[in-house]
Amino acid sequence: MEAIITQQEAKRHPMDNLLRMDRMPHIWCPGCGIGNAVSAFADALDKLEYNLDKLCVVSGIGCTGRVAGYIKVDSFHTTHGRAIPFATGIKLGNPDIKVVVISGDGDLVSIGGNHFVHAARRNIDLTVICVNNFIYAMTGGQVAPTTPTPAYTTTSPFGNFENPSNVPQLAEAAGAVYVARWTALHMRRLTYSIVDALKKPGFSVVEVISPCAMYYSRINKLGDGLDMMKFYYDHSIIKHGEPTDHLEIDYQKEIIVGKFVDRERPTYSESMGKWFED
Amino acid sequence: MKANPRDVFTGTYYIDGDVAAAYGALAAGCKFLGGYPITPSTEAAEAFARKAPYVGAQFIQMEDELGSIASVLGASWSGKKSMTITSGPGYSLMMENIGLGAAMEIPFVIINIQRSGPSTGVPTSTGQADIMQSKWGANGDYEVIALAPESPQESFDFAIKAFNLAERYRVPVMFMADECVGHMTEKVVIPDASEIEVEPRRFYQGKKEEYIPYRRDQDLVPPIVKAGDGYHLYITGLTHDERGYPLLDHRSLPKIEKAKVIHKKSTNPYLVDKIRKNKDEIIEMQEDHLEDAEVVIVSYGITSRVAYRAFEQARQEGIKVGMLRLITVWPFPDDRIAELAKKVKGFVVPEINYGQIVFEVDRCSHGKANTILVPHGGASVHKPDDILGAIKKIVKDNKKYEQVIEYTTTLEKTIFKGSLTEKIKK
Ligand SMILES: Cc1ncc(C[n+]2csc(CCOP(=O)(O)OP(=O)(O)O)c2C)c(N)n1
Ligand code: SF4
Ligand SMILES: [Mg+2]
Repeated sequence: MEAIITQQEAKRHPMDNLLRMDRMPHIWCPGCGIGNAVSAFADALDKLEYNLDKLCVVSGIGCTGRVAGYIKVDSFHTTHGRAIPFATGIKLGNPDIKVVVISGDGDLVSIGGNHFVHAARRNIDLTVICVNNFIYAMTGGQVAPTTPTPAYTTTSPFGNFENPSNVPQLAEAAGAVYVARWTALHMRRLTYSIVDALKKPGFSVVEVISPCAMYYSRINKLGDGLDMMKFYYDHSIIKHGEPTDHLEIDYQKEIIVGKFVDRERPTYSESMGKWFED
Repeated sequence: MKANPRDVFTGTYYIDGDVAAAYGALAAGCKFLGGYPITPSTEAAEAFARKAPYVGAQFIQMEDELGSIASVLGASWSGKKSMTITSGPGYSLMMENIGLGAAMEIPFVIINIQRSGPSTGVPTSTGQADIMQSKWGANGDYEVIALAPESPQESFDFAIKAFNLAERYRVPVMFMADECVGHMTEKVVIPDASEIEVEPRRFYQGKKEEYIPYRRDQDLVPPIVKAGDGYHLYITGLTHDERGYPLLDHRSLPKIEKAKVIHKKSTNPYLVDKIRKNKDEIIEMQEDHLEDAEVVIVSYGITSRVAYRAFEQARQEGIKVGMLRLITVWPFPDDRIAELAKKVKGFVVPEINYGQIVFEVDRCSHGKANTILVPHGGASVHKPDDILGAIKKIVKDNKKYEQVIEYTTTLEKTIFKGSLTEKIKK
C-alpha cells in the first residue's frame, strides 16, 4: 500500500524534531549566521543518530547564547561566560551525557576565557561551537576580543587598535584535541566538522565565522547578512593542518579555514578513571 | 530517608569545623564539590578531596570561583547533590551564579567560612560580615536559607541540615560559619548512618509527557528531574514561565497548548514565596531563659558562645537576661523578635561586624524595645565584658525607644578612643 503523507506531515521540516517549534519565530535577525550554525549542528546530530535524551546543550549569554532555547534537548541558558564550567559540572556529574557548548566569541573567549583555557587543559569531554561574529552583538555591537583591527564598533568608534584573539591558536595552545574553523556558508564542511568533533573524545572546538548582519555589518558598511556570508566564503582558503599561529583574521581579508588540530590526549574522565583504578 | 552507611564516617573525632563540615556534607550524600582554595575554608575542601574517591564522590579544583559555582549548578542538574566551599573574596565572585541557581531553582550548598573583610581583609581570622551578602548578594529578588554553626559538632550537623533544606526547597543554602568555628578543634561525634536523616532529591514521579518543569502545587516547590532523562528541558536564567520559557512581561494569561493549560506567568514570585510561606518549617533557633527575660541577647555563630559567658555572668548578678541564638539566620525569625519586643526592655546584638543583623532585630521590634549593637571589627571575638556592659546599659538607661544604639566596646575605648558613631556626631 502506498504511504499517504498527510498535509501536516508534508509541512514538517526535517529539523522539526530537533527544534522547539513552539518557540518560533526565533529572535535572530534575517541574514544572521547563527541559524546556519544551528542547522549544521542539527544536521550533525541527525547524521550521528544520537540519542537526543542523552545530549545536553549549554549556552552562555549573547545572541548565540540563545541557541540553547531552540534546540529540543536538555538545554541550559546560563550566565555570561560560564557555559563551559556549567557544562563541566553536567559532564562530571553524569559522564553518559554528551555535552555541547554553543556560545559567542565574547562569551567564550573574553569573559569565559579562563574556563575555555582550563577545560581544554583538562581535556574535559565537551564540544564547543564558537560562533565568531567579531562583535558583542546582543548588547548592540561593542568591541570584542575577536574584533579585527581596525573595525569600527560602538566602543571602538575610531576603529579597533587592539590585537584580536586567534581562537584556534588559543584552543590548541590550551590543549584542545580537535580544532576546526569554517564560515557560516560552508554548511556541508561545517556539518562534518561538528560530526568529527562530537565523535572525538575530549575538548573539541569548532569556530564558525558568522556575519552579524545588524551591528558589525552596519557600522562597517558591509552590506546585508548574505553579502557578508558570501564575502567570508569567497575570501576563505581551505588549508587543513595549517599551523594555528597563521590563523589570525585581518579585517576583510582572506580567512584560513579547515581542520587544524586532530590529536589524541587522555580525557579528564579517562585520566581520573585510570588514576583511581587500583 | 536514612544516610547511606558508605557516606558516613561514624566515630568520635577531634577535628576542626572545616573538616567536620566536609564530613557532614558527605554524610548528607554530597557527591560533587567544585572548589577553589581560599583561607580559612581550604581544610574543608582538602578533607572532602581525601574522602571523595571512597564514597563515589568527585572533587574538582576549578580555575576560579566563577567556575566552581557554575560547575556546582551543572552537577546538580545532572542529579548529584552538589556544593562549593569558599570564603569572602571567593564568595563575592560567586554572586552572579547564586542568582542563577536561585532562578533555576537548583538545590546546592555553599560553605562560606567567613574571614574578616572587606576585600582580602585578614584571611586567617574570623568575621561575620558576609551575613547580609548571603541574603542580598546577587541581583534581583530571591530568597535563600542561611545557617550559622557555633561549633565543629554543629558544622557536621548543619552541613547535613543545609543539604536537606536545599533539596527540600530547591534553593541555594548558605552554610555561614566563621573562621573561629572553621579552625576550632573539638570533639565531634559522627553517629551511625541509621541515626542520620537525609532528604532525598524530590524527583518528579508523574508521566513524562505531562511534565512541566516549574509547575507546582500548594507546596510551592516543583518536583525536579535530571538532565539526561529525556525530558528535553529548557532551563534559563531569564525570567520564565512554568515551562521554563522566557517571558518579557508578567502576564498571567493561561494559554491552551496541545490541550494543556500553560500558565504564562512569571515564576519569580515563587522564588520568594516558597521560602517566606514555609518559614515556620524552616526557621530554627535556640532559646534560653526567655520566659522572664528583660534583656535578650540575639547572636549567631561563634559569637553565641562568647555571649553565653556574658549571659551566665549577668544571671549570676541577678539580671534577667535571656538568649536567642539564630540557627537559621535566613529566613529571619521576624515574628519571634516582634513578640519578644513587646515584653522586654531591649535586645543586645553582638556580631563580628559593624552592624548587620542588629538592624533586622531593630526592624522586627517595631519600636517596642531598644536594640544595642556590640560591634566588632573582626580578627578576634568579643570580650564577654562588652556584651555584659551592653546588657547593663539597657537595664540602667531603661530608655524610651531610640534608633540602634552602638555600644562603645573596650577595644574602641582603648584604641579608637570613642565609638565610631560618637566620632561622626562630633
Ligand atoms: C556578567 C555580564 N556582563 C555583561 C553582560 C552583557 N552582555 C550580554 S551578551 C554580551 C556579549 C555577547 O557577545 P558574544 O558572546 O560575542 O555573543 P553574540 O551576541 O555576539 O552572539 C554582553 C557583554 C551580561 N549579560 N552579563
Ligand atoms: S544582532 Fe547580529 S548576531 Fe545578533 S541576531 Fe542580529 S545579526 Fe545575529
Ligand atoms: Mg559575538
